[in-house]
Order: sequence, then structure tokens, then C-alpha cells
Amino acid sequence: MSATPTNAAIPEWAGEERVIRARHGLAAIDLRELWHYRELLGMLTWRNISIRYKQTYLGIAWAVLQPVLTVTVLTLVFQRMTKIDVDTQGVPYPLFVLAGLLPWQFFANALGDSSGSLLGAQSMITKIYFPRILIPISAVLSGCVDFVISLVLLFVMMIYYHMPFTTNLLLIPVFFLMVVTTTCAMGFWFSALNVKYRDVKYIVPFIIRIGMFVCPVMILGPGPKWQFLYSALNPLVGILEGFRWSAFGHNHEPFWPGVWIGLGLTCVLLVSGAYYFRSTEKTFADII
Amino acid sequence: MAQSIISARNISKRYRLGATHHDTLRDRITYSLRSVASGGGDEKTSDEMLWALEDVSFDVDQGDVVGVVGRNGAGKSTLLKILSRITEPTSGELPVRGRLASLVEVGTGFHPELTGRENIFLNGAILGMKQSEVRNKFDAIVAFSEVEKFLDTPIKRYSSGMYVRLAFAVAAHLEPEILVVDEVLAVGDAQFQSKCLGKMGEVAREGRTVLFVSHNMAAVSALCRKGILLEGGRLTKAGPIEEIVSAYVTNTGKGAHQFTAKTRAGSGLVRVTNFEVSSTRGPNVVVCGAKMVFTISYEAEKADLPIQFVVGVFDAFNVRVLYLDSQVDSTLPPNFTRRGKVRLEFGEEFSLNPGRFSINIGARVRGELVDHIKQAMVFDVQEGNFFGNGRMASDKGTILYRNQWQFEPENI
Repeated sequence: MSATPTNAAIPEWAGEERVIRARHGLAAIDLRELWHYRELLGMLTWRNISIRYKQTYLGIAWAVLQPVLTVTVLTLVFQRMTKIDVDTQGVPYPLFVLAGLLPWQFFANALGDSSGSLLGAQSMITKIYFPRILIPISAVLSGCVDFVISLVLLFVMMIYYHMPFTTNLLLIPVFFLMVVTTTCAMGFWFSALNVKYRDVKYIVPFIIRIGMFVCPVMILGPGPKWQFLYSALNPLVGILEGFRWSAFGHNHEPFWPGVWIGLGLTCVLLVSGAYYFRSTEKTFADII
Repeated sequence: MAQSIISARNISKRYRLGATHHDTLRDRITYSLRSVASGGGDEKTSDEMLWALEDVSFDVDQGDVVGVVGRNGAGKSTLLKILSRITEPTSGELPVRGRLASLVEVGTGFHPELTGRENIFLNGAILGMKQSEVRNKFDAIVAFSEVEKFLDTPIKRYSSGMYVRLAFAVAAHLEPEILVVDEVLAVGDAQFQSKCLGKMGEVAREGRTVLFVSHNMAAVSALCRKGILLEGGRLTKAGPIEEIVSAYVTNTGKGAHQFTAKTRAGSGLVRVTNFEVSSTRGPNVVVCGAKMVFTISYEAEKADLPIQFVVGVFDAFNVRVLYLDSQVDSTLPPNFTRRGKVRLEFGEEFSLNPGRFSINIGARVRGELVDHIKQAMVFDVQEGNFFGNGRMASDKGTILYRNQWQFEPENI
């Protein structure tokens, strides 16, 4: 038993002093604490990424394969098997779908992962302290790698279909950031609710399944008459439209009030979700 | 040191019994509707609540090695959970001045798909080490864990021993100001447990603060200087460890000399129905110097089974003093009737030293465990004239044996 250096002087308390007591009511996110734990966030994210495709034959290729297969099926359905004429504003349908599918798929996967993330981390939660919110955040962040890889697919397809590369492309990160934020916000709510109410296990897959139809993924949103309501009910509408606009430019300009509404809704969800998470966090270890 | 490193002030923790009440939204909704209908406010009826800790206050100074002693359910683990911030107290305050680590959490966050190397970094981060810190200590951690050869193997291929060694190696290099060890929860083999104890001793010698939770009074007495005794969620005694241990030992003796089978295991093919301890002085009385007799009554599902009885005798510190195996040293018949008694007599030249002892009984049939009772009986051994000369035996040691001292003079 001599592995630890025995001469180590006892360090100063270096910010480790704290008072443990019951917290009451709503609690805000302690940003300073989150900053202190930033390395842990990185490690958790890295862990999620590196185990994601462990013991799979195709590995990271799944990140590309999933959108390719989905686009193929949707193209067959909408262009060959049905008579529905989808208005794509002049963009070839496969490309049109892909631009909607990439952010959508990120959202769907990351939301599913983060909603169940706290339950999956049960053994950590009941044994050690750290800000629990890192868990759903790292679940969302680890989806980013897949997204970036599948983005390459989008560019390859754009070259194939001779789509011009516009400066709008520079806005892709901005809209992507919005998707990440929305996913985090919903992830906070659902992961925390999931600890107490396992109903979430059924609600989230349902949202994801229905969401693909009610979001402008496969088709454009409804006409001007309904545009406002459509965006106001679903924070993703404006963001997905914006994403498509940053890929194809001109004709695809989003309904801007919709984007702002979406952004506003996201902020409301994010702040309320963080508060809810923080307020219920203290009971996680007791009831998980 | 003017300030205590830990000073608990009126810590209470309440659990709601059946905390799964509102596990589904439907329950929550029907519950809310019902409480609205009945005027509400009945949510906090006291019979649903369990006070795991009630009004616990104590101080720990820097460098103290404190034993936290108490029976199962006394609130020891809850106290540790509050200290390590896993759960919050319902009320009270507890300032902690320093980095706190616990040896309960070895291997937390280990992922089976990741390699040993990756898990060291991951686990380090989870335990609160900076990555630079892990890098600096990496070689030491690896050397300590003795798994150098398998560093790049996913740990799902590790043996459980390797797994525990690696996990412990990371935790051992944490260098906390306060170390919390919960032996009750620490899984692993005897070797691992002794590694935990060794680490604690080392940490204590460095002048760090240690809180140690254990049922093993020998270990507690050996390692700790101070102690606190928890009973039913309340702190009933705090002070020098000797006082705490003796208070604990006295309290656990309630209901002595009675056969109990609260914790029972085994297939049930044979059941031990009673256990008695007696001596030539009478039933339920064990006196030094009077021959001791154990009687086991049993009932089997069928006749003619070759039953093997095993009796373990433990002292007040929960250390096994005797292990008596009917198959090793007996002239019992090879097959037993459906019901019967087995007597185990001790010779006159042997006795247990005065004090409190407990019994575990096991029964096997062809190697299969058919019955196993922990703490089947607690009994006291009283002072007696063991040596036949009126002198009392010393209270040191646990067994007495009538031996012969001989003198061999040597002429110079």
C-alpha cells in the first residue's frame, strides 16, 4: 500500500468548502459549478461517442447509412408509388428530403438518448455526486458527431445534383446550434420527468414518430394562411425551414416570424427545463 | 484546527415509504384529483414517512478517524449519502471543508466496452480528478492495479478481480481530504476488503480525515480513535471508540439466548428448527469451566439424507472464533431420520472467554446448501472457575484452553 505518495501535504480547501443543506423551491442552474465540471462533460460525451458503434459491423458508417436509406424509401414513396406532387421549390426531391432529414434525425436520436440517459446512469447517480444535468447534455452532444459526418453526405449530394454552393451555407452551424438547444431543452424536461414518471418511455418515441410528419421534413409546411400557427405550435418548424434555406438559399427563405417564434419557444423550454431539472435533481438518487 | 472539517447540525432525512406512489402520470393525476376532492393536504401523513436520520449533530476535526457504528437500518448509509451529496438532507446543515471521496463508489461509471486505459480516465473524471491529474498518476494507478498487460483490452473481458483492482486503483489515487468508507456496501473478496482497510490506515496516517462505516468491530476498534453510534436514525453516543463499541455490543445483545431465523437461506430440504446452548450448569447458561453443549434440532423433508451440519461461532467483533463441521470431525451416522437432534459437546479443557458470542448454522446435503441461518443465536458466556483454582481468566483473548505450564530448569 505505498502507491499514494505519503509525503503529500494536505492541500488547501481550494474552493471545496460547501454547506450541505436542503434546497427549497426552484433552483437555478449553477453555471460556475458546470464550468468546474467541464472536463467531466467532455469525458461523458466522449464515452457516449466511443461506445455508440462498438461491436457493430458497419460502425460509424451507420451515421451515413441511416439517412441514405430513409431518403431512398421516401423518394420511392413520394415519386414512384404515389401521385402526390411535392412542392420542393425546384430542388430534386432526394436532396430536399435530406436537408430536412439531417437536423430532424439528429433531433430524434438525441432526444431519445437524452430522455433515457438518467435512467441509464442510475448506478452513477446513486453512488456519486456531480451535476446531473451533464448527463442529458452529454447525450445530446454525442449526437453531433453523427450529424457532422452526415453533413458530408449532403455536400456530396449537392455536387451530384449540381446545386450551387452559396454563402448561406455558413448559416448551417447557426441553425444546427438552434436544433441542439431545442433538443437539450426537451431533453432536460423528459429525462427529469422520466426519473419519476416512466410514461416518458412511451411519450418520447411517439413524439419522434409523429414529429417526422408534422415537421417540414418530407414536405414543405402549409401555406401562408396557417404558417403562423404552424410555427407557434412547434419550435422545430422555423429551425428546420431555416436549415433548408441555409443549404439551398433563395427560394427556400424561411417564414422569419416562425423562426423567431421557434427560437423564443426554445428559450422558454430551455430555461423552464433547466429549472425543473435542477429542482427535482435532489430527489433523483432517492426515487430513480 | 479551529474549525471542524465536518460539522453536522441537526441533520434529518425523511423518506416517504412506498416512494413509488406516483410512478405513472395516471397515479399522479388520480391522486391529485382525490386530494382535491377530499380537501387536500393529506399528502404528508406521518405514517407514510420514515425518518432515516433524525436530528443528528456531530463534529469531525481534521485528522480524526471516526467509526460510524450502528445496526442495519440505523441510518449509517443515509448519513454517508448525505455527506457525499448523493442525496439531500430534509433539514439541517452540514458544512464540509475539503474534497470528499468515498470508497463506496469504486468503479462507478466504468463502461464494459471501453478499455482499461479509457476507463481510468473516465472514472477519474467521474471521481472529480482533473485530466492532468490522472495523466500524472497514470503510471502509479496502472502499477497498483496490476493489469498493465490488459490496458488496451475492453474491461468486459476482465476477471472480476482485475475489474475491482483497477477500480480501486483509481479511487486510491484520489487524495481526498476526507475519505469515506462504507464496508457494508463494498463488494469484493476478502483481499479487496483488506486493501480497503489498508488504504484507510494509510490515509489516516497522512493526517487526513476518515469516516468508516462497518459492522466489524475489530476493524473499527483497530482503525478508529473516535466513533459515533447511530440507533434508529438517531445519534445516541459520540466519543472515544472504545465506549462506542462497547455501547454497540451491549445493545446488539437484546434477545440473547433465543433461537431466531430471521435471515435464512438454502433450499429448505432440511430446516434447523431449534438451536440451544447449555452447559453442565443448566440450559441457556454458559459459564467458563462448565462443559458447553450445542444442540441442533432439525426437520428434513425425507428420511435417510446424509446431512452435514456446520456451526460458526463469532465473537462480539464479528470475528469467527470457531468453525465446526460435522463431516470433518464427527461420528454421526451417514444417514439421518426425518427429525432429530444433533448434540455437539465440548471438552472440559476448552471454554469461550466471558463475553458475547453469536452463532451461524448451516446444513448441507451432498454439498448442496439446504439451510443457512445467520445470527441464529446470541449468547453470553459468564465468568467462572475455569482453571479450578479460583483465579479469573484475563479478558484478553477469546478462547480458553486448559494447558500445562512446565518448567525446565537449566543448571549453569
